[in-house]
Amino acid sequence: MTDNSLDVRAVQFSGIASRLRRLDASILLWLALIALLAFLVLNPILRLIISSLQETDSGRLTFANYRVAYGNVRHLQALANSLELGIGVALLATCFGVPIAWAISRTDMPGKAFIRLMVFAAFVTPPYLGAIGWILLAGPNSGWLNRVWMALTGAGHGIFNIYSMTGLIVVIAVTSFPYTFVFTSSALDLVSSEMEDAANILGARTLRTTLRITLPLVTPAIIGGIIISFLEAIALFGAPALIALPARFNVVSTQLWQFFEYPVRVEEAAAYAMPLLAITILMFWLQRRILGRRGYTSVTGKGGERRMIALGPWRWVMLGYALLVCALSVFLPMLVLLQAAFAKAWGRGFSIDNLTFHNFYYLLAEQTQAKQTILNTFVYSAVTAFAAISLSLAIAYVVSRKLVPWSNVLAFLCVAPFVVPGIVLAIGFYAAYAPPPLALYGTATILILGFTTRFLPIAYTSSAAGLRSINPEMEEAVRILGGSRLLAIRKVLIPLLKKSLAGAWILVFIPATRELSSAVFLVGPNTRVISVMLFDLSEEGNFEVLSALGVILLIATVAIAGIGSKIIGRDFMLRRS
Amino acid sequence: MSRLKLSGLSKRFGAFLAVDGIDLELQSGEFVSLLGPSGCGKTTTLRMIAGFVDPTLGTIEMDGQVLSSPAGSIPPDRRQMSMIFQSYAIWPNMTVEQNVAFGLELRRIPDAEVKRRVGEMLEVVHMNHLADRYPAELSGGQQQRVALARAIVIRPSVLLLDEPLSNLDATLREEMRFEIRRLHDEFRVTTVYVTHDQAEAMVTSDRIAVMNHGHIEQVDHPRALYNNPKTRFVAGFIGRTNFIEGTSDGSEISFDGFALPRSAFERDVPSQGKAVFSVRPHSMRLSSVPSTARDGCTSIGVIVLERAFLGEHWDYVVKSREGALTLKVTTSPLDDFAVGAAAWLEFEPRHMASIA
Repeated sequence: MTDNSLDVRAVQFSGIASRLRRLDASILLWLALIALLAFLVLNPILRLIISSLQETDSGRLTFANYRVAYGNVRHLQALANSLELGIGVALLATCFGVPIAWAISRTDMPGKAFIRLMVFAAFVTPPYLGAIGWILLAGPNSGWLNRVWMALTGAGHGIFNIYSMTGLIVVIAVTSFPYTFVFTSSALDLVSSEMEDAANILGARTLRTTLRITLPLVTPAIIGGIIISFLEAIALFGAPALIALPARFNVVSTQLWQFFEYPVRVEEAAAYAMPLLAITILMFWLQRRILGRRGYTSVTGKGGERRMIALGPWRWVMLGYALLVCALSVFLPMLVLLQAAFAKAWGRGFSIDNLTFHNFYYLLAEQTQAKQTILNTFVYSAVTAFAAISLSLAIAYVVSRKLVPWSNVLAFLCVAPFVVPGIVLAIGFYAAYAPPPLALYGTATILILGFTTRFLPIAYTSSAAGLRSINPEMEEAVRILGGSRLLAIRKVLIPLLKKSLAGAWILVFIPATRELSSAVFLVGPNTRVISVMLFDLSEEGNFEVLSALGVILLIATVAIAGIGSKIIGRDFMLRRS
Repeated sequence: MSRLKLSGLSKRFGAFLAVDGIDLELQSGEFVSLLGPSGCGKTTTLRMIAGFVDPTLGTIEMDGQVLSSPAGSIPPDRRQMSMIFQSYAIWPNMTVEQNVAFGLELRRIPDAEVKRRVGEMLEVVHMNHLADRYPAELSGGQQQRVALARAIVIRPSVLLLDEPLSNLDATLREEMRFEIRRLHDEFRVTTVYVTHDQAEAMVTSDRIAVMNHGHIEQVDHPRALYNNPKTRFVAGFIGRTNFIEGTSDGSEISFDGFALPRSAFERDVPSQGKAVFSVRPHSMRLSSVPSTARDGCTSIGVIVLERAFLGEHWDYVVKSREGALTLKVTTSPLDDFAVGAAAWLEFEPRHMASIA
């Protein structure tokens, strides 16, 4: 009854040979992928550790680098400063993020959509742009807030000084509170109203219920958010460089940067980077332990019916608080940044005769280096996004279909860079690939490779999630009808994955365009990117051009993020995967 | 020569033996179900036939050719089979027509011929008016029909179905059972059907292989399986039943409170020692007077312990007056006995299946 005569005979080679052939192919595939990952992930980290133990010229084993790195009071002070910074930011970001998350997720506060949008805006704003905004706002005496204060009180001095530890903590907290927000709100979204009803029926009022039931239920998530903002704060380079350096104190990241001033001392930098690496790994492990803990089953389960708590007049108080936080993190810094971008001199204020487009004209037309820089940024980011997604998709596929043995090793290597701060990764890349034989220093290649590794975890998580959403039976249906695996991938898998791949591309592209902490160690004279140029401009004190460049970066980011939310739904970047 | 032959087929996942030495032969055009509870190895068996899973031991042969063996297997795309998946796996990026045409295009059949055969096939499954729709615009039952059309249109050597109806609601499930049997009667494709639903297997199949813990308990025609279950598992899995134990002394089987001559049973009963029988609830009669003894039949006095009226029948639980035998009995809605009432229960040896 089959009209296609069954030609199994044609494919009947000896069973053992076929098994060997398949095993061969999968081993080759595994080797190829593991080699790529070794190059991108393993080698830089190993080189970092090895070079921290090597003598600069001879390469002999030594602990001298550690002695130099930690034998100096200033270096130790920078470590203590980083700790202070991290703890301060984590606490302040929690004060900002948790109440807003609660108000949006559990109450009838008005204007939720707007506040959500603003949190999203805070999330996509690079911290160093926020820092520049805050320099314009709270620079000693000349800053806008100080000038308003002096005008109101007639005082001779302003009261705010951004160039201080407090200033730095505020600046980083207002840009990193979206982390605590996202963690808390996604946990709150899963707490069923019945949990609260059960407390209400026993006689507890709203406040007591919130403090005794709701918040304790999401405590693991809040702690997770605290850990992430702590890690974010200690790994940042841009904001501390803009604020701490003029304030004449160092944190670990700025101290690492100083090891790279001429003469470059990679080995000492590597030794000095170790605590940062160790703390990050430890904290992520801790976070997994806390979030993975059982017992809070109501948070892990499916959310039941949810009703909003009626706050009465207090809902306006909550809205006021949310607006205040948004003002500190978005409205005010962006307002002064825009003003400076379109001003002849930002200090002359908001007037028509101070208005100019020259800053943009200068960047986009007059100054050839700036044009090149902007082009570099978008090209490198685009290539990075393609590379990271192609590699991670291939690996996610191989892992999910169990095509090779020990595929979990591949998955682990893909997400490993997540626990390596960008600045540490960059030093590893420098140690591994800047010197001969590859001598990639100053090339676009080393930047793209570094970015690819840095964002591989993001790319991998979203590719794997995309793949998981597609039933393997979709492919098996192709196979059983006579199509090869490649045909199944081409005709079914890729078309179905298009959307989530576009989303993943954007999720890599956006952070790549603003990446500073790894770029600053890897750029050469001809491969500068916007973030590095912003940093250089700030050293010259040219805030008008700098703001204009920041605005260009923001517009591009917002445009891409806008396209992203069109494709894959609103606030896709705020989802916790 | 049989079309499909599984010999000593086993599959081990780590320490877990999912399939444990299965032997099964299908004739050309035969429809066989693999029926069993979840985790019994039926889906793994099906996936080995398809070529998605390699056996740990044993072989799969088609028309005398080895398809799968522990040494190596022909990949699924070279087996000329087709399969209906639990999720249907209708490709959402292609229209109904493109879905059905896919397998034919792979076989390099001329476009005009593809179009004709797809059209005919869609007509058979009553989907020709929806040929240009995308799967997201179809109901579950319609997607199921597309899956059937896509699988059958290539005229596969073997058709595999993996719990194809488990995602449909009850009414549609009933309708599709008959649809699947109708398509089989029309095309006579050799079919292996995996299900955990006995009614589905009974409606569709020529023969049913009941599986448990990785091995086949019994392969038989649906009626034989029901009337003559060979194992306790099969008797309990297919329909409701009572198990009663007796002791055989060679000429007579003595139960708790009554006895029956060994010669009254149609099937072999152990001549010595313990014998277990499966008795269906509706194969016994409950009456208010002891029945006149016909050959082999016997009545015992019982008391009604519980009862439930289900509209189409009564369900009773009765206990023998002498002895501790408790039995489920199903009677017509007219046989009304109050709880605590005394009644007579009549056994017929030909309705008692001796099981291993």
